Amino acid sequence: MNSCVGVLALQGAFAAHCESLSSIGVKTVEVRTPEQLASVDALLMPGGESSTMSQLLESSGLFDPIAARIAEGMPTFGTCAGMILLSSEILDGRSDQRSFNAIDISVRRNAFGRQVDSFESDIDTRVGQFHGVFIRAPRIERVGAEVEVLGRLGDEPVLVQQGNVMAASFHPELSHDVRLHEYFISLMPTAGKV
Amino acid sequence: MSSSNSSSVGTLRVKRGLAEMLKGGVIMDVVTPEQARVAEDAGACAVMALERVPADIRRDGGVARMSDPEMIEAIKASVHIPVMAKARIGYFVEAQILEALGVDFVDESEVLTPADEKHHIDKFAFTVPFVCGATNLGEALRRVSEGACMIRSKGEAGTGNIVEAVRHLRSIFGDIRKITQADASELFDWAKNLQAPLPLVQEIAETGKFPVPIFCAGGIATPADAALAMQLGAEAVFVGSGIFKSDDPAPRAKAIVEATTHFRDPQILAKVSRGLGAPMTGIGMDEINEAQKFASRGW
Repeated sequence: MNSCVGVLALQGAFAAHCESLSSIGVKTVEVRTPEQLASVDALLMPGGESSTMSQLLESSGLFDPIAARIAEGMPTFGTCAGMILLSSEILDGRSDQRSFNAIDISVRRNAFGRQVDSFESDIDTRVGQFHGVFIRAPRIERVGAEVEVLGRLGDEPVLVQQGNVMAASFHPELSHDVRLHEYFISLMPTAGKV
Repeated sequence: MSSSNSSSVGTLRVKRGLAEMLKGGVIMDVVTPEQARVAEDAGACAVMALERVPADIRRDGGVARMSDPEMIEAIKASVHIPVMAKARIGYFVEAQILEALGVDFVDESEVLTPADEKHHIDKFAFTVPFVCGATNLGEALRRVSEGACMIRSKGEAGTGNIVEAVRHLRSIFGDIRKITQADASELFDWAKNLQAPLPLVQEIAETGKFPVPIFCAGGIATPADAALAMQLGAEAVFVGSGIFKSDDPAPRAKAIVEATTHFRDPQILAKVSRGLGAPMTGIGMDEINEAQKFASRGW
């Protein structure tokens, strides 16, 4: 059976993630409805605006089904806004913003500044040096005991994993480097058969 | 900032990156912090801060300029989502001021009164990314060659009439499709006819897509308008007068956000289009003369 990775396509950089995954031969599905979610084996939650995605997760009826799938162990990778949605605590977010509490980190929204402060920089990661693109990026301010830090910018964590859930404060889909997508795919039970 | 020594800001990748993040979203014109909060609550992915929406600029006439910095700052302080603001075509000092204010995107916009009848802003000179309007592929590529990181259709802002935006999107995406079928020698002719740089035309032929995201702007007033723009190839939509000139802005804003996400799903479009009250009245193209058209501004 071919595995299929869903890319949450409510809003944001979903097209760039689909391109990255397709370039390594992974079948992708854009996920906007619970039916589409049911057809995928893993989920990538892209960057974009987390408050927009929160609204659309509710109105599309996707929040609870995604939470249930994550609890069942579905490999999930959130980048930037996706990381905010997966975190256990959102700082400086909207007061009504819900998150999936899937990875025990506290995340401060836009903590690296506005767009004029957005930057690219090399970071040290589990897969080697990686060129990170940080767009109005959130900051990981607390890392729980169960969370493994896979990548750092200087001293601070920017890539983390807890069980089957990964989160990055930067945008691997904008770097023309698929090593982190490959690492994510390796979390799938059928890894290697895709 | 604790980024390492190799860190750099304002690169093309970082600037185009924010345009990627706005895809699939709705950028709403707002004139007050209250409207900005309504927009954010409805799920806008960004707001455009301005003093008057295009419908009012059209009604009032006179010279339309960059907004008051105080008003832009008040809107910045009221929301978490990115804030855009408009500078006049060619008016690089307005753009410098907007960058100094820390806006997240500058719209070099034909809705304001042009300041230079020949030159657009050199957008490579800025850390802040720019979006520019275009009516056809040649115009769009000229703006990219000046450093624009996002292109939007011009439509005919402030009319609530989608026909011009449809014309622009059809023209841009139609020519992109043709270029992908052209052979190498035909690309020279395409570049000449489009009055666009050959390397950008060759890039379209090679990749099959435009170098930066293309969004729709101008005349969107209903959820169906937004979905039409998306099905025609736009990757996100700007809504100017269409929300806050309607009877009941908050539900209409939310419906347009949902329609933009679910643009290919007629069942959802039917559901979100119900009971929104009256949209803005709108203006037919035959009711305005050539001199009143914003879309012909820009070169």
